Amino acid sequence: MEILMAVVIGVLFATGTYLLLCRSMLRVVLGTMVMSHGALLMILTMGKLKRGTPPILMDAAAYTDPLPQALILTAIVIGFGVTAFILVLAYRAYTALNTDDLDKLRGADNE
Amino acid sequence: MSNNLVIYPVLLPFITAVLMVLLYKNLKAQKVLGAVSSTMGVVLAVYLGSVVVNDGIQVFHAGDWIPPFGIALVADMFSVLMLSFSSVVALACLLYSYKAIDHGREKHFYYAFFQMLLVGVYGSFLTGDLFNMFVFFEVMLIASYVLIVLGGELGQLRESFKYVLINSVSSVLFLVALSMLYSVTGTLNMADAAVRIAEIGNQGIISVIAVMFMIVFGLKASVFPLYFWLPNSYFQPPTVVSALFGGILTKVGVYALIRVFTLIFIVDVGYTHTIILVIAGLTMAIGILGPVCQMDFKLILVYHIISQVGYMIMGLGLFTAVAIAGAIFHILHNIIVKSCLILISGVTEKVTGTTDLKKMGGLLGKYPLIGWSFFFAGLALAGVPPLSGFFSKFVLIKGGLAIGSYPIVAVALVVSVLTLFSMMKIFIYAFWGEEKEVPAETRDYNYKQLMPPVLALIGVAVVMGLGAEWIMQYIMMAADQLMTPEIYINSVLIK
Repeated sequence: MEILMAVVIGVLFATGTYLLLCRSMLRVVLGTMVMSHGALLMILTMGKLKRGTPPILMDAAAYTDPLPQALILTAIVIGFGVTAFILVLAYRAYTALNTDDLDKLRGADNE
Repeated sequence: MSNNLVIYPVLLPFITAVLMVLLYKNLKAQKVLGAVSSTMGVVLAVYLGSVVVNDGIQVFHAGDWIPPFGIALVADMFSVLMLSFSSVVALACLLYSYKAIDHGREKHFYYAFFQMLLVGVYGSFLTGDLFNMFVFFEVMLIASYVLIVLGGELGQLRESFKYVLINSVSSVLFLVALSMLYSVTGTLNMADAAVRIAEIGNQGIISVIAVMFMIVFGLKASVFPLYFWLPNSYFQPPTVVSALFGGILTKVGVYALIRVFTLIFIVDVGYTHTIILVIAGLTMAIGILGPVCQMDFKLILVYHIISQVGYMIMGLGLFTAVAIAGAIFHILHNIIVKSCLILISGVTEKVTGTTDLKKMGGLLGKYPLIGWSFFFAGLALAGVPPLSGFFSKFVLIKGGLAIGSYPIVAVALVVSVLTLFSMMKIFIYAFWGEEKEVPAETRDYNYKQLMPPVLALIGVAVVMGLGAEWIMQYIMMAADQLMTPEIYINSVLIK
């Protein structure tokens, strides 16, 4: 199971990296989303994948670690806020600058 | 023992920000509230500092969960020094923005996000838990995204998109680094992680995790080769925002680097800290080339942030108590002086209508106050005695010579000369020479209303220089605490 998850995470990161290197703004934003999902799955996998035991410490041998879920929930909320902000920013930049091609947004040194 | 005092510096700006959002129609109330709250912030930080000096490290256990469970906030000498100096700069920048920020920005929650930025910064200084540090980093970043784009000018929109993007990618890397650390140690509490990693000993995976954290925090601190995003994105927003970011924001990354690499990742110092030392040299050497070749008042100062970060990382790379003390001194000096210089560039922009050095000239005759302020602040940055920059570099170089790291000392000295050169360049072009024609609307600008915060910061820099011996005892205390992590670990983890 862990190996399958590792492959999934790898694919997500690869896709995210590919999208981040695109010139279109929207694809870049999607790239950050895909990549952050990869990171969330990574936290889940790193906390050991188990099933069937409650996340309560009664018997030290068998319990599911509750912390990764808490971490992921926090990270999802933050990621949601930031993604919403980036989308609005990208749209605003697109309407104001009249392009979504990142190659054309290269800054002049002084202005 | 849990001390509630530790969380107050974080709660204070948070409550202030919430009240400011509720009072969104009443700008005057927001301003009064902000000034009162930031003044209280300085008092609180200094009081917390005095408690830490007298009674040792203070710890707050959130919800009374004893570590390694729950989140701990920890105030040691290093945190309270960072907290005190940042709060002074925050107060100065806030008072400056009352005069300098336009009405449109004020109306759109400028002050509320200013306070939220402080929540993130102070929280990052005080937290004793790595995931909590991630959360405070995000609070700080989201506030900084808003402050950097607020106003919506074309340049701002263009640069802030890149700034937001690079930081959200680094947040993803932060999560990955955290999850790797969690899988190896099973904890996110810094003190507990330090104990566990010391038990595991020197394994390859620890070095991998250490380098992951180095990349994440290095990106925030803008070290070589991860500084490329900084100059343009810090150049675009209003000057007071640049001053706040330049003074405080990059230093949070440096703080996190120093904290993590003196507490947790010290099992393979020969490997990790040599990388840091090499990066420090490159950051200084490459970072200084920007200010040497630029011809824009504000852009030179913004570029300077990078080479100054090199000095701070150098102290960490040398990894002796004296060198760390030099690094801390340099951070504190830089928080004050860097913000002060960028604020001065804002004043000259108001009176000349430009930041281009070629369009300025002869300001010393007409505005002696600005000229002499810049003179002293610039000399302090370059490190001319008896101002603060001299003593921080002196301690750093002494630390380097003591363990025979001559190449890095040579780089530091050469970069110091080039710093002086770029400061002289600004002074000669902007304040000497022929007076240039300035636009009519800026000619009668009452620049004196902007000067009190600037002069106050210069005062702090002078006091830090003349009273270096007095400040040095506290900095040595902080460095000794950092170099003996057992003190930190034993105060957080109750046996």
